[in-house]
Amino acid sequence: MVQYSPERLNASFAALADATRRGVLDELARGDASITALAGKFGMTLTGMKKHVGVLELAGLVTTEKVGRVRTCRIGPGRLEEEMEWIARYRRVWDARFEALDGVIDELKREEKARGRRKRK
Amino acid sequence: MAAGNESDARRTTVQRKSEREVVVTRTFDAPARLVFEAWSRPELFRKWWVPRSMGMTLRSCEMDVRTGGGYRLVFGDDPANTMAFFGKYLEVVPNERIVWTNEEGGDGGSVTTVTFEERDGRTLLVLSELYPTKEALDAAGTGAQDAMHETFGQLDELLAELAAR
Repeated sequence: MVQYSPERLNASFAALADATRRGVLDELARGDASITALAGKFGMTLTGMKKHVGVLELAGLVTTEKVGRVRTCRIGPGRLEEEMEWIARYRRVWDARFEALDGVIDELKREEKARGRRKRK
Repeated sequence: MAAGNESDARRTTVQRKSEREVVVTRTFDAPARLVFEAWSRPELFRKWWVPRSMGMTLRSCEMDVRTGGGYRLVFGDDPANTMAFFGKYLEVVPNERIVWTNEEGGDGGSVTTVTFEERDGRTLLVLSELYPTKEALDAAGTGAQDAMHETFGQLDELLAELAAR
């Protein structure tokens, strides 16, 4: 059984709830970047980008390292495994429901077809 | 993978859109009016709503699927120990959309919106569950799991009892 820590889940889902932060993750998946470069890419002030990176850092999705005067960001150790499991559990319930719904719908389709044939005769 | 296309199209996707909202999508190989029918007639609804793997017995299913109407689902094998889910339909547009509340959880209740979009005889279903707070959503996620544990626990007890006879 996967252990869930609600604080971590909250932090990472909150981090992922923002389009810019998802964009930053996409960008970092392609390669490390400085906060200045990220700010430029997303048309944002340095302060604004620092805040976004801070949220991602708290969630473990990004790590930063200051080299000289430049702060470099890279993909962090958070592998989103807990998040995936949270979603998978949700999906299993809906998957099971929808498979059964397929069965009911097939029955309705057959009934409809049978009615159509009778009408034509 | 050519063989995977059909099942991919039918795949259930789940996305946590924000701290308070989860969106589930799935395509059905039928026109929207049939999917809506299966969703709005209680005798059909009860055939599919409860996943068999959850091992829960649906004792009764009352649904008045129209704007302002209500629903009440009662679960449980033991009449002395039942669990009810209930709420109101905020909006019903036949073959297009159903919006309902979930009120058994008090203030933590969610609002669910289901839309049916027909395209070339198939129906894309989009279901969104919006919770009042992120805590309520997190709790709902584990709630389903806890319910399953509880149900299986009860089944274990029953089996042990039967074996002892």
